[in-house]
Amino acid sequence: MSSRVCLSVNATPVHVPEGATVAVAIALAGGAFRTSRGGEPRAPLCGMGVCFECRVRIDGIAQLRACMTPAREGMQVRTDG
Amino acid sequence: MAESVRHYDVLVVGAGPAGLAAARAAAAHGVRVGIVDAQPRAGGQVWRHDVAHGAPPMARRALDILGAGQVEWLAQTQVTMAQSGWLLADSPAGARELHYGSLVLATGARELLLPFPGWTLPGVTGAGGAQALAKQGWPLAGRRVVVAGSGPLLLASAATLRRHGARVLGIHEQASRRALAGFALRLPRWPSKALQAAALQVQLAGIGYHAGSVVVGAYGDTQLREIEIEGPRGRHHIACDQLAVGYGLVPNTELAELLGCRLERSGAHPQVAVDALLRSSVANVFAAGEALGIGGRDSALVEGAIAGCMAAGGTDAAQALQSRRRQVRAFATELQRTFALDPRVHALAQDDTLICRCEDVPLRALRGFTDPRDAKLASRCGMGACQGRICGTALAELGLGDAERSTDGGRRPPLFPVRLAALADSFTDDSQGIHP
Repeated sequence: MSSRVCLSVNATPVHVPEGATVAVAIALAGGAFRTSRGGEPRAPLCGMGVCFECRVRIDGIAQLRACMTPAREGMQVRTDG
Repeated sequence: MAESVRHYDVLVVGAGPAGLAAARAAAAHGVRVGIVDAQPRAGGQVWRHDVAHGAPPMARRALDILGAGQVEWLAQTQVTMAQSGWLLADSPAGARELHYGSLVLATGARELLLPFPGWTLPGVTGAGGAQALAKQGWPLAGRRVVVAGSGPLLLASAATLRRHGARVLGIHEQASRRALAGFALRLPRWPSKALQAAALQVQLAGIGYHAGSVVVGAYGDTQLREIEIEGPRGRHHIACDQLAVGYGLVPNTELAELLGCRLERSGAHPQVAVDALLRSSVANVFAAGEALGIGGRDSALVEGAIAGCMAAGGTDAAQALQSRRRQVRAFATELQRTFALDPRVHALAQDDTLICRCEDVPLRALRGFTDPRDAKLASRCGMGACQGRICGTALAELGLGDAERSTDGGRRPPLFPVRLAALADSFTDDSQGIHP
């Protein structure tokens, strides 16, 4: 079993394997990655940093692509703005 | 911020098979090489590191070059602007100025993602997208997944998803049974590809492969619950948790365009125009791999080697690889013929289907415009975070927007959204002789 990393998604702790991305942590936490202009829930489409559907706030910095950001111990992720 | 300014004889943008091959070839000529990629790990998409299974064996050898003394590897480094002789890139450590003597563009490809009713629902991803997410550690154990769209990527995606514990309910390929049968007959001309296909067949044993079959709708409230398929025997619904649907790949040409390299069209999409030695129309700028038109890993490897040699001044070595390049590109042409898109795939989007996912612009709002730029100004289509990469490519494919004048056309910096602080870092540093 590989080592695990603990981070928080909307203040809830989530454990992911070492090397996993923030996108994986959000998927495990459940719920949407962002809300569209029209109020719809959205989640990753391209998985490789092109579509920006997975953009979230990480440690206070907005608009970061969760699928391109490795999960790190203690990270604070917000999907609600 | 002296450490943020770097000088290379050869700078390679993109660390997939083409970029890695270019870095290796250039380094063999004894020059100083830099290689950058926006992703945290090298390998590109086809050799993406798998959290559960590591890197594929073939990739491990190619990745060795990153540990060699002459090659500097810069991860999570996103090129945002091009100046004369240097690129500005954003990284977690701040802005970086990357100066070069020669530049190799190995910017790869992205997936062709086409709009259809329900495609914005969580649970709908690209086919390559699903594969990329699986390798990141995306939870798939026991999940019911349908793979659809077109091309050989569907098989690779299904194999990866199954390996990560997904229940793959079926693969739905839009190409007709007849087109696929012709391809199967010609496949033995490329023995290594025939072997690869046979190996995939074993990995996919028990999963139905349906030709002439297209996803026409995805349904659910806040999460995908079922999809509708139109196949040779009519329409039917399949209950599933995830849909992995992609219609092939399109070259990433944004940086080439920003540098002023001449682009040419292949079908609806632009690719970087080069001569036989992979020189672009701009002096000292070379290109390799998918940026030249979709050719797959084998084309990327040989073209990366050619471009890397050329960038380091090794014309003879580049000449020696010409026949190999012709051979692998011939297979790519065969794939394009087999998996050409059925016109019904272009007609899936309905009036209320969102085309621009960033700005929530439905197809209805784009009708009646002859100039895509007018449509963009009136609707905001293409003005969101992805900068038109998804909707612009889709509109070009659907024949609703000229690629050069579409929502992602007329590329201007920055190439990707960038924090003001990162720009300020580089443009307020007088010691570098740079002024706003």
